[in-house]
Amino acid sequence: MVPLAHILALSVILFGLGVAGFIVRRNIITIFMCIELMLNAVNLAFIGFSRYLGNLDGQIFVFFVIVVAAAEAAVGLAIIIAVQRHRESLSIDDFNSMKM
Amino acid sequence: MAMPSSLPFTLFLILAKVAVVLLVLLTTVAYAVWLERKVVARIQSRWGPYLVGPHGLLQPLADGLKIFFKEDFVPAEVDRVVFWLAPFVAFSLALLSIAVIPFGESITIAGEIVRFQITDLNVGLLFVLAVTSLGVYGVALAGWSSNSKYPLLGGLRSSAQMISYELSLGLGLVSVVMLAGSLSLREIVTAQHALWNVFKQPIGFLIYFIAAVAETNRVPFDLPEGESELVGGFHTEYSSLKFAMFFMAEYANIVTVSCLATLLFFGGWLGPVFGPPLLRSLLPVFWFGLKVFGFLFVYIWIRGTLPRFRYDQLMAFGWKFLLPVGLLNVLVTGLILAMRSS
Amino acid sequence: MAPLFYIFAALAILAALSVVLQRTPVYSALSLIVVLCSLAVVYLLLGAEFLAVVQVIVYAGAIMVLFVLVIMLLNASPEAPTDRSRVAKYLGAPLLAVFLGEILYAVWKHYPPASTVSAPAMGGAPRAIGELLFRNYVLPFEVTSILILVAILGAVVLAKKQL
Repeated sequence: MVPLAHILALSVILFGLGVAGFIVRRNIITIFMCIELMLNAVNLAFIGFSRYLGNLDGQIFVFFVIVVAAAEAAVGLAIIIAVQRHRESLSIDDFNSMKM
Repeated sequence: MAMPSSLPFTLFLILAKVAVVLLVLLTTVAYAVWLERKVVARIQSRWGPYLVGPHGLLQPLADGLKIFFKEDFVPAEVDRVVFWLAPFVAFSLALLSIAVIPFGESITIAGEIVRFQITDLNVGLLFVLAVTSLGVYGVALAGWSSNSKYPLLGGLRSSAQMISYELSLGLGLVSVVMLAGSLSLREIVTAQHALWNVFKQPIGFLIYFIAAVAETNRVPFDLPEGESELVGGFHTEYSSLKFAMFFMAEYANIVTVSCLATLLFFGGWLGPVFGPPLLRSLLPVFWFGLKVFGFLFVYIWIRGTLPRFRYDQLMAFGWKFLLPVGLLNVLVTGLILAMRSS
Repeated sequence: MAPLFYIFAALAILAALSVVLQRTPVYSALSLIVVLCSLAVVYLLLGAEFLAVVQVIVYAGAIMVLFVLVIMLLNASPEAPTDRSRVAKYLGAPLLAVFLGEILYAVWKHYPPASTVSAPAMGGAPRAIGELLFRNYVLPFEVTSILILVAILGAVVLAKKQL
């Protein structure tokens, strides 16, 4: 059996990589993908704890996180498409004013 | 799944099963191509292949050799990594779902009971759905990486079509799962020993079959790769081995879908069984093969008969007709099951 | 069982590194798909079989298809390397390593590996999840259906060329 600490270590590493990508990258879509990476790291932590505590509620939570991530991805990508139409650019350096 | 006494024996058994199943699947794919050419030819009042071997039975062999010797032409502007990756993804996913399909009951070899299935997952049906939903990537990536108009359009249209009909496919399956009470393919078949599901769920079967034809990009839903519309669609820029992989992937998908249709709606391997134990083990496999052959024939029959849908008609049909009918079917099935159990 | 976890954990980490470091958005998306599929295998190893398949069907098979199609439509080109801050370049990676090390240390102290090895085999089977979902969590379930409806409407309206 895999110790809980190892599962959480994997989750922490993935989350850290997601944070690093979120801060460093310039392309909006890549930033969005790093957000999804962070969500997955959190899902893994939930499932790890659900296994360790013998409680299925963790898995139900993961179910809802996946659903919310789907809704968020749909709306977020639609916003990116709409913004790209105005700015003709996908680099967040160009999105530095509130006015379109 | 019960583990026999020794691990090496289990491993050997699984590898042997995988080898046999892959061999049978690839031969079936090759001869499905032959069958299609023959049947479509007869529908069109001509002979089809008959020069190579009796009735053209060695034609797949000749075609395979020809494809190997063709020049593998890679256009200059393609994205090399993805261009190379796409056919492999398509082909390996097409071969993957055969892992959970049961062909028969079981056979006793050297005292060990060997089931006619590589592995019986308790979420087997969802596994097949998962592989189907990953299959969109082969098409989308091929269309994009070719860096050319026709493949891009074909790839985008094809992926949009596959995603849309995945929903109706799933809804057709939900009603079957409600009747059987399990997601394991073996249990769904054994739940049909009284009456096949096609009689209990005729609408579910139609929804599943139409969605499956659309998922496999076959006539009448094959606009994304129709020759007169988009040259070759997403596989225009591919040649030689990579094209052969797309081609085989399409036929492997057809075989998988036919296997699923027999398992879910036509009782899988259930049929009259008699005789000595060896015959008792092999007859279910024969019935399964016969039913799958029947579905392949229907697929090819439809191809020879029906015209092609226009793209907007295709999408409208999937979203505005098939999806609501699927939901209604699930609702009515659930209602009847609830009334029966109360 | 345990070696499989470490193999797929290593695969997930390598793919995540690829997501963060690749210049071309399409390669990042493909690497993210590899991460999602290896995590699905890890969920399977941890007994969450229904969630593993749902992860592949929904996350890798639908959400990432959305990402890949949007990247193709918007014709996202490879990122040009920027040289904006020397501090970020030289301090960034070490600081991240320190941050991660702290969290890992806290986790290790709190859940020492030796004591949390065994756990009862519990069903992540669809039936168990379904019962829990439709009995205890039926309200969040219905609310998420409304959430999805709102998301569909929002996505359609936002991506239209003109309202």
